[in-house]
Amino acid sequence: MANVIELEGVVKRYDSAGAPALGPVTLTVAEGEAVAVTGPSGSGKSTLLNLVAGLDRPSEGRVSVGGLQIDGLGEKALARFRRERIGMVFQFFNLLDDLTVRDNILLPAQLAGSARGKAATRAAELMGVLGIAKHADAYPGRLSGGERQRVAVARALVNRPALLLADEPTGALDTASGHEVRQLLVDLHRSGQTVVLVTHDLVLAEACAERTIQLVDGHVAVDRSRNAEVVR
Amino acid sequence: MSAGWMRRGRSGSGGGRIRLGRVGRRRVQTIVMTLSVLMAVASAVVAGSLMASASAPFDTAFARQHGAQLTAQFDEGRATAEQIAATGRLAGVTASSGPYQVAQIDPPGPDGADLQQTETVVGRATAGGGVDDVTLRSGRWASKPGEIVLSTDANSVGPDTRLGTTLKTSGAAGSPTLTVVGLASSVTDSADGWVVPAEIDALRTAGAATSAQMLYRFSSAATTAEVNADRAAIAAALPKGAMVSAQSYLDVKLAADENTALFVPVMLAFGVLGLLMSVIIIASVVSGAVGAQIRRIGILKSIGLTPGQVVRAYLAQALIPSSVGAVIGVVLGNVLAMPLMGDTAQMYGGSASAVTWWIDLAVPAAALVLVAVAALVPALRAGRLRTVEALAVGRAPRTGRGRWAQRLAARLPLPRAVTLGLAAPFARPVRSAALLAAVVFGTTAATFAIGLTSSASAVTTARHPQGSIPVSVFLGGDGPAPVAAGGSAPAQADPAKVRAAILAQPGTAAAIGQSQGTVSVAGGTGTIRVRLYQGPSSAEAFALISGRWFHGPGEIVVPTHFLTTTGTKVGDTVTLVDQGVQVPVRIVGEDFDPGNAGLTINTDMATLAGAQPGLHPVFYDVVLKPGTEVAAYTSGLRTALQSSGVQVEANETEHVSPVVVAFDAMSVLLTLMLVSVAGLGVLNSVVLDTRERVHDLGVCKAVGMTPGQTVAQVLSSVVGAGLVGAALGVPIGLALHDYIIPVMMRTAGSGTPSQIEDVYGLLELVLLGVGGVAVAVCGAMLPAGWAAKARTATALRTE
Repeated sequence: MANVIELEGVVKRYDSAGAPALGPVTLTVAEGEAVAVTGPSGSGKSTLLNLVAGLDRPSEGRVSVGGLQIDGLGEKALARFRRERIGMVFQFFNLLDDLTVRDNILLPAQLAGSARGKAATRAAELMGVLGIAKHADAYPGRLSGGERQRVAVARALVNRPALLLADEPTGALDTASGHEVRQLLVDLHRSGQTVVLVTHDLVLAEACAERTIQLVDGHVAVDRSRNAEVVR
Repeated sequence: MSAGWMRRGRSGSGGGRIRLGRVGRRRVQTIVMTLSVLMAVASAVVAGSLMASASAPFDTAFARQHGAQLTAQFDEGRATAEQIAATGRLAGVTASSGPYQVAQIDPPGPDGADLQQTETVVGRATAGGGVDDVTLRSGRWASKPGEIVLSTDANSVGPDTRLGTTLKTSGAAGSPTLTVVGLASSVTDSADGWVVPAEIDALRTAGAATSAQMLYRFSSAATTAEVNADRAAIAAALPKGAMVSAQSYLDVKLAADENTALFVPVMLAFGVLGLLMSVIIIASVVSGAVGAQIRRIGILKSIGLTPGQVVRAYLAQALIPSSVGAVIGVVLGNVLAMPLMGDTAQMYGGSASAVTWWIDLAVPAAALVLVAVAALVPALRAGRLRTVEALAVGRAPRTGRGRWAQRLAARLPLPRAVTLGLAAPFARPVRSAALLAAVVFGTTAATFAIGLTSSASAVTTARHPQGSIPVSVFLGGDGPAPVAAGGSAPAQADPAKVRAAILAQPGTAAAIGQSQGTVSVAGGTGTIRVRLYQGPSSAEAFALISGRWFHGPGEIVVPTHFLTTTGTKVGDTVTLVDQGVQVPVRIVGEDFDPGNAGLTINTDMATLAGAQPGLHPVFYDVVLKPGTEVAAYTSGLRTALQSSGVQVEANETEHVSPVVVAFDAMSVLLTLMLVSVAGLGVLNSVVLDTRERVHDLGVCKAVGMTPGQTVAQVLSSVVGAGLVGAALGVPIGLALHDYIIPVMMRTAGSGTPSQIEDVYGLLELVLLGVGGVAVAVCGAMLPAGWAAKARTATALRTE
């Protein structure tokens, strides 16, 4: 299977004089794979995710997603990349409070210039699948944490991205809601969606991912799949 | 966010001094506040200085000199000196001075030519006298015969007039020569010169009627009607016909205020606009600062800051940059006011060109008081904010306002980034109202100023209709013809032959003969100027306020002040008295001609033919056919009239009054300042809004919003305010213009012709509307750029 993510010698420094927050890191993620990135606070998990999402640029090295090298792209091309090739789910949902559930989900499609009818159909389909159709006209502030994260997932998937990135998707949820979201991610992976999730939650990592990458002080300490384990 | 901007003083005690640690941390707000105050103070200093210099000279001088409210001349052949002096004791007269004997002199020019300038000389022993205390500018008062003190306003006083120079009293042989020993001024122009009383007899022409001057102040003389009543009471106390003329101080004031009156209402309008705008923007900035720092307030209070300390800190946060702005604004205002005052110094009669000291103190003080008041309300709100509430609100600032707008906007067939922006202002209605107010004020100021400059140009055209006359032909002899080379007075050419030659010249459309004279109006006293026309004079018509231009003899066109003074209206008949002959005439039009204190009438030359059978034009104004080249025409006409001894002159058709130049400069300057403040107001609102929404912008960027879409979102958030602001500002500016212009004209003693009031074209109004949107968009451009450049990952981490 083709690689969806390719990182080669990637280093990220926030302070030019200090130690790198990440790297050097070299790794690949194949299409259809579900990968959990774990590690203690400050280990570089979110930095890694931001680099893959094109939200941040590496200080050194090369980042390719879906065959597109993104580390040298301009802001406009990066925005287009994000809305066409990836979907992101955040710990605190990052929904726009002034938009209804439907409008939140539609936003990436509308920014991409999708036809209104087509986008609406896709949003309705996702709301049905994710069990939030009855909240279509509600505002996020009135939903439970689990429901909000489902809305975030629907928004991430509305443009049918090749890659779903999730940053601590259950970190702000109670146990029951966390379980719901965990099951949702499992289902998505089973349907063929490539997923990279960053989490402290080892149960989530175990349930959702067939491969776990553990970062320690910005370096890959463990890269383990269910079939084989590589310790660096 | 950091709590480092406020730190305890070194004492560190609970009541310790709180100071701003880093004003620069809120750089944009600090800059906006500094610039807003700077612009407001600078424009207020400019406006205040011009207002002070515009209104001061006459009133101040009149009060200081105990100016005469009525200056009357009496025929000494009809009333004795005792009878005249007794009028000073009539009921209603509070003070009087005189009688002083009067003589008329006719000083020749340096080359001996008759200048046709009769000057009034009064015999007064001293400069004072209870009424009309003449102010000595230089030299001393006349102490013996042969000495004269000249008025600085006298026609014979020029740049070469110095103390010790001599003045011949007429061109006749043996006429007395006077030595100038002083220069003085009378606020009501009571005389052109003063001599000792014993000198008067020597200056009088033998056999001519003699007159005496009396100066009065009254208990009631605030209006023309009151002065007229006072005048009538004095005339009635003396034998019939004894009062030969009387001049009201209101007429002199009107002439003195003619130009300055244009400025005062405009300055007031700009001043009020600037003041309101500054208050709104400063209140908006400080409120925004509180709103943006609620969480910080919570943190500071949680570590022990008292409400009083919070209030003081916020007041200081507003007052420190405002003080800097006020100081720079005063300096800038002085720098800008100087040249404007210099431009207008001439029309203010040489008033001081320095900014009045109290304006330099009062304006910044008032601005800082306004800042403090504007800052106090949000500062008190910050002080009262409960710690827990502040921390909670700081974390979740959404109020849920304006969601209906988002729902509605989402349905619009526009790009999503644009609809997100269009709905954004409804989430913060108060801030959006401040933004809207800034655009409204900016658009109002621009609309008002453009109308003013157009009206000022229209005033010039209306007051100088002959400016469109390309060629004039002077016949020589009487009238304003230039003296021929060599100094001898040119011989009078035959007007009929000159007119025939002009009409025969190819390119001539019309020749309008003109002369001037003075007449009196039966039932009134004093004389008024009359312009006499021969031929199709409508080409020289002043702008008409009502009625029409005269069609022939027996009809006159008069300015507004004539109607007010005589209590007449268009359609009435009045009787002119010329050379003792009574000529009934009908008033057919009211024209815009505030010059000569609004007392110049226009009529056909034939109107006075009965009184002056030999009356003829002293010059011709020539109207050319379209396409005629002026230089070639002038040259050809000179050749044709070479033997007539006339002078053919091409006129300067592009007459630009220095008053209009100063007026335009001032309007443009104040408008630029107000529009800049409006732009800063928009900038501030958008910066605050963008800062608050930075997380949402980060989310949008994370899900694929491009930098261009981010800019579109931010800009479209102000387009609505720009459109509404323009839709309100343009008509408000228009209404303000339509209110102020008639006020200006009334102050100048005139009605308002339509061409001065109706100056806006449709295209102009549309462009002004677009300008309102442009102000909003320009103000939002900078924060839109910042939002587009903001790093998505950083924005997402921002709470």
